[in-house]
Amino acid sequence: MIGEIDPVIINLTVFVLAIFVGYHVVWNVTPALHTPLMSVTNAISGIILVGAMLAAGPAETDWGVWLGAVAVTLAAINVFGGFLVSQRMLEMFKKKEKKGNA
Amino acid sequence: MSANMVALAYLVASVFFILALKGLSSPESARRGNLFGMVGMAIAVATTLTLTVNWPLILGCIAVGGVIGALVAQRVQMTAMPELVAFMHSLVGLAAVFIAIAAVNNPVSFGLPEILPAGSKLELFLGTFIGAMTWSGSVIAFLKLSGRMSGTPIVFSGQHMINLLLAVFMVGFGLWFFFSETTNWTAFIAMTAIAFILGFLIIIPIGGADMPVVISMLNSYSGWAAAGIGFSLGNPMLIIAGSLVGSSGAILSYIMCKAMNRPFLSVILGGFGSDGGTAVVDDGVQKTYRSGSAEDAAFLMGNADSVIIVPGYGLAVARAQHAVKELAELLHEKGVNVRFAIHPVAGRMPGHMNVLLAEAEIPYEQVLEMEEINSDFSNTDVVLVLGANDVVNPAANVPGSPIYGMPILDAHKARTVMVVKRSMAVGYAGLDNDLFYMDKTMMIFGDAKKVVEHMVKAL
Repeated sequence: MIGEIDPVIINLTVFVLAIFVGYHVVWNVTPALHTPLMSVTNAISGIILVGAMLAAGPAETDWGVWLGAVAVTLAAINVFGGFLVSQRMLEMFKKKEKKGNA
Repeated sequence: MSANMVALAYLVASVFFILALKGLSSPESARRGNLFGMVGMAIAVATTLTLTVNWPLILGCIAVGGVIGALVAQRVQMTAMPELVAFMHSLVGLAAVFIAIAAVNNPVSFGLPEILPAGSKLELFLGTFIGAMTWSGSVIAFLKLSGRMSGTPIVFSGQHMINLLLAVFMVGFGLWFFFSETTNWTAFIAMTAIAFILGFLIIIPIGGADMPVVISMLNSYSGWAAAGIGFSLGNPMLIIAGSLVGSSGAILSYIMCKAMNRPFLSVILGGFGSDGGTAVVDDGVQKTYRSGSAEDAAFLMGNADSVIIVPGYGLAVARAQHAVKELAELLHEKGVNVRFAIHPVAGRMPGHMNVLLAEAEIPYEQVLEMEEINSDFSNTDVVLVLGANDVVNPAANVPGSPIYGMPILDAHKARTVMVVKRSMAVGYAGLDNDLFYMDKTMMIFGDAKKVVEHMVKAL
C-alpha cells in the first residue's frame, strides 16, 4: 500500500506530525531560555546545509554548483554560529548555578 | 551508503534535534540539549557528505563558514543578540533561495526528475518565496535592531494595497512557472524578485517596539523555508527540523503578542508607535511626583525585608547589569530578600533580559517570570524599577486605556516603589504612567548605571 502513496503525502504526514512535536516541546521550554531557544533553532534551521551540500555536490561543475557552494558557506555560518553562541549563553546560566548553591 | 541507510541516519539526526529542544526545558539540561543538537547536525552533514562527489569543495566551504560563525559567536555582545539572530535568519533565507535556484537548474543532482514534476515546482516555489522573504525581512530587522536604520515605522498611503498587489503578482508568476512545460526561468526569477521586495515592504512599517514579535516571526519563517526545501528535495529530516523551528518561532511570536496585548495581525500590518502620540490622554491636571536621591533609595532598600527589581531594556542600554548585580549582592548580604521580575517583553527579543542578567552572573534562581512573582508584589517592601515603563503601567488594568488588558508586573501593589528613569518621558506606548505619581512612589532621575553605582556606594 505504501508503494502506491505519493511521496508528497508521506512528506506531508511527517510535516504535520513534526509540527505537533515542535508545538509540545517548545511550550515546555522555560521562558528564561527563550533567547537560547532562538539561537538553537537558528542553528537547527541551518540544516538547510544538507540541501546546499546536494546543490554543491555533483561532479560536473556549472554555476549551480557554485551557487550551492555559497549556500553551504552561509548555512555553515548559521550552524556553527548558532550552536556556539547558544553554548556561550548556556554557560552563563551554569556559572550562576554554582554561585547560587555556594 | 544505501538510500535506506541515509534515511535512517537522517531519522537519528531528527531525533537529536527534538532532544535538543527538549533539553531547553531547564537550565540544567540545556547544555546537554545543545550538545544533542550539534551531534544531530554532525550526523546529518556526515551522511550527506557520502552522497556528494565534490566533497573537498563542500568541506572547504563548511570550514570557511564555520570559522566565520565561530568568530561571530565568540565576539558578539549579549545586548546584540537580537541583531545576531536576525542576521542568521537572513542567511537561512538566502541559502534556501540559492538551493532552490540550483535545484531548478539541475534537478537531477537532487534526485529529482530531469523535467520537474508539478509537485516539485510548487514546493520549490514555496521554498523560494519564503526564503526570499525571510532574507529581505531579516536584513531590515537587522538594520533596525542594530540602529543602522531608524526604528520608526515607515508608512505610506496605499502600503497594504501595494503589498497585496505584489503578492498577487508573485503568485501569478508562480503559477506561470508551475504551468510551464519546460523550465520557465523568467517566471521563476520574477517571482523570486517580487518575494525579495515583499520581504522588505512587510518589515519596514513595523516599529522598534514590535521587534520581539518580528524577530520571532522571522525565526518561524526561516524554519518554514527549510521545511519547504525539505519538501522539494523529498527529505524528511529537513521537513522535521524545519517544522520544529517553524513552530518554535510561531509560539514565540504568540507569546510576545500576548505579552504586549497586541493582535498578531496588527503587529504585522505595522505602523505601531507612529500614532502613539495621539493615545496620550491629557486630563489637564498638573500631576505631582516625588523625587529622591540614590542615597535615600539605598537607605530604604537596605532596611527592607524584601526587594523586587524590575529591569527593562533601559538597564541594558545603560550597561548597568554588573552594577545591579553588585547592588543585589550587597542587599543579599544585609539579609534582604532580593529578586528580579522579568516581563516577557523586557528586552529586544524573547528571554533577552534573562540572558543579560545571566551574563552579569545574577543567579537564575533569583530571576522570576511575571506569572511566578506577580502575586508577591503586594507583600514586598520595595520595588525598584530600572529602565522599564509600560510593563509596570497600571493603566493596563483600566478599561478604555490603549494598553488595557496588557499583562503587567504589579509593581504598584508594593509598599514602596522606586523608579530610576532619565526623565518623565513616556514609554513606547506613548502613555503617561500613573505609577510614577503615586504617593508611595519615589522617582530617581539619572542614568541607570550611575544611579545604581551611587546606591552601591551608599550601602
